[in-house]
Amino acid sequence: MKIAIQNGRVVDPAGGVDRGAGVFVADGKIVGVGETAPRGFQPEAVLDAGGCVVCPGLIDLSARLREPGFEYKATLESEMAAAAAGGVTRLVCPPDTDPPLDEPGLVEMLRYRARQPGFAQVHPVGALTVGLAGERLTEMAELAEAGCIAFGQANLSMTDTQVLMRAMQYAATFGFPVWLQAQDPHLASGGVAHDGAAAARLGLAGIPVLAETVALATTLQLARATGVRLHVRRLSSAAGLGMIRAARAEGLAVSCDITINHLHLCDRDIGFFDAHARLDPPLRATADRAALAAGLADGSIDALCSDHTPVDDDAKQQPFDEAEAGATGLELLLPLTLKWAEASGTPLVRALAKITSEPARILGLSTGCGCITPGAVADLCVFDPAAPFVVSRERLKSQGKNTPFLGRELRGEVRYTLTEGHLAYSADRLLG
Amino acid sequence: MNGNPQLDERGELIHLLSLEGLSREMLHNILDRAEPFTAVAEREVKKVPLLRGKSVFNLFFENSTRTRTTFEIAAKRLSADVINLNINTSSAAKGESLLDTVDNLAAMQADMFVVRHASSGAPYLIAQHLAASGRRHIHVVNAGDGRHAHPTQGLLDMYTIRHYKKDFTRLTVAVVGDILHSRVARSQLHALATLGVPDIRLIGPKTLLPAEAARMIPAAPLAVCHDLAEGVRGADVVMTLRLQNERMQGALLPSPQEYFKSYGLTPERLALAKPDAIVLHPGPMNRGVEIDSTVADGRQAVILPQVTFGIAVRMAVMSMLAGTSGGAQ
Repeated sequence: MKIAIQNGRVVDPAGGVDRGAGVFVADGKIVGVGETAPRGFQPEAVLDAGGCVVCPGLIDLSARLREPGFEYKATLESEMAAAAAGGVTRLVCPPDTDPPLDEPGLVEMLRYRARQPGFAQVHPVGALTVGLAGERLTEMAELAEAGCIAFGQANLSMTDTQVLMRAMQYAATFGFPVWLQAQDPHLASGGVAHDGAAAARLGLAGIPVLAETVALATTLQLARATGVRLHVRRLSSAAGLGMIRAARAEGLAVSCDITINHLHLCDRDIGFFDAHARLDPPLRATADRAALAAGLADGSIDALCSDHTPVDDDAKQQPFDEAEAGATGLELLLPLTLKWAEASGTPLVRALAKITSEPARILGLSTGCGCITPGAVADLCVFDPAAPFVVSRERLKSQGKNTPFLGRELRGEVRYTLTEGHLAYSADRLLG
Repeated sequence: MNGNPQLDERGELIHLLSLEGLSREMLHNILDRAEPFTAVAEREVKKVPLLRGKSVFNLFFENSTRTRTTFEIAAKRLSADVINLNINTSSAAKGESLLDTVDNLAAMQADMFVVRHASSGAPYLIAQHLAASGRRHIHVVNAGDGRHAHPTQGLLDMYTIRHYKKDFTRLTVAVVGDILHSRVARSQLHALATLGVPDIRLIGPKTLLPAEAARMIPAAPLAVCHDLAEGVRGADVVMTLRLQNERMQGALLPSPQEYFKSYGLTPERLALAKPDAIVLHPGPMNRGVEIDSTVADGRQAVILPQVTFGIAVRMAVMSMLAGTSGGAQ
């Protein structure tokens, strides 16, 4: 199908482009960007992007689809609809499904189910250890052939540092990246909130910043020794960020991301036990949040992810410490990026890099993905940056309706999402 | 849910979930209301009709015979019907969620839930759920939630202090023991700060104090001290906390004996406080662990009066929330 996107402001972070232009799509590829269509281009559909930004489709570095195993929380269909409505065209899913993504067959099945027109492309992270149990290595080469782009433990930590070192050595042998969350399981044991004044006041068991920094120290040292390509997911603290900066200054190739929740919220947002703010890692102190926002702006933090985790109401409507951690996020990634850009004075082209070109680089997709140039895959997002909306359960397409941003007014409404040239979402009407 | 959910639009108390956010006037008002109820206990007929026809459900998800009994006595002296439910966590884990339990009991025309739960904030969840489902007429009293709050205990402690010391604004108060895990301490600290106590000392080993303990109550004059002798020096009030058995040996403390050696309130240490200092304990006491028997039974201990005042304070709270107008005639 040939589609012309007219009258929009094209923002392509990969090329540093921010200008008015048309984008012309044919056969799943971008065939032209400019004032006029390529010679002989006859569009079958014209999308009016007047007043809108045209940017590469968003790439979300952490989004749970809940399949297989947790279909009562969400299904591929519901979450792909959420992704399309959020402008997300590619997403990385962590391996903590049930069963975990530790066998090639599971990964192939997931990829097969997700390979439908209008669905975002799924890039699974394979389990680093069998059953995520932290004991035996998975068949990483087989899993990579099945489509895994990296290996990790999802939210789980490795208690056995010898296994962790060997897993990193093995992954490094084949050049597979390892994605880890830094949280010492012993220091975090029993904790449900940042170990600070808010948790002390509310009587919630704390997870100290030390849980992150102690694990990070181990992880960084092992990465340095094994030469593995390390991506630290969901960083939460100023001290942790300082360690990443120091490791980089010493020449270690390490990348990291933070979540939209940790960019905008802190432990005070728990209020009176609001279980929507029950997240993993926990929301930290005001100063941590400020440091993460600054780190995102100065490039110390490579990417911003939604950490989309649909949680059903039964699991959320519990006392704070019994509630399941997690929040829906696919549909909030763009507006919360825009909110940060506005608050920090970050130019749009640099802000959008955190959810397009930078994640593409981390995923090693830099050729023809996450950019708007002729020949690139036609993954595109067209959004009205000024349009306000209120986050509500009714509006969210995800089966997960729980987020600490419920009831808040945000800006940035997706008008159209194209995945490989297919119109996956239209705010006007949903096309098949 | 960022507003204070225990107050209505006019700032009146609809639930008692925590002492956080209650004004000085409100706290004194509750204590004033409790005064005449102490006299009810001395009458031949120990009943007033303020809660006649009302149903009070004691909803205990965590066992506590003593606290449940004091609420039961308070409700019965107000002429309420009392239904005691002990819902141990194992049967809850088998199926019914907390809110399903609440819905079922609400359908039995409850007027008040007195809730004890092992999770901090559970009574907030219940209050919020009742409000969201249009049942604001059912009141919730927090009888202890996790480490968070035990507001009626905090109130009865304030009643006791006011009874003996009159003016809060000149007092030095030492809170001693396992502050990290203590809902009693948190309720005491909110109330002491609101009532204008200018010098509040938190005393205990580092393993039993929360992170940022000195900042745990916004704008409260808290000072952290790890030496009991130094902490009680010149104090008007010494509030000892119960040390739970499961915390006496392990990674927090090596042994009850060693705890007593450093943090047990002995006559020698109490002698460093003001001569007329009073000693409180929320009970049940571990003699020889957090408190020496000589102190517990001594002239400065006000531990038994605390229990008596506790009934009156709970009557005051229940009658303010659900009572018909009028006091203890």
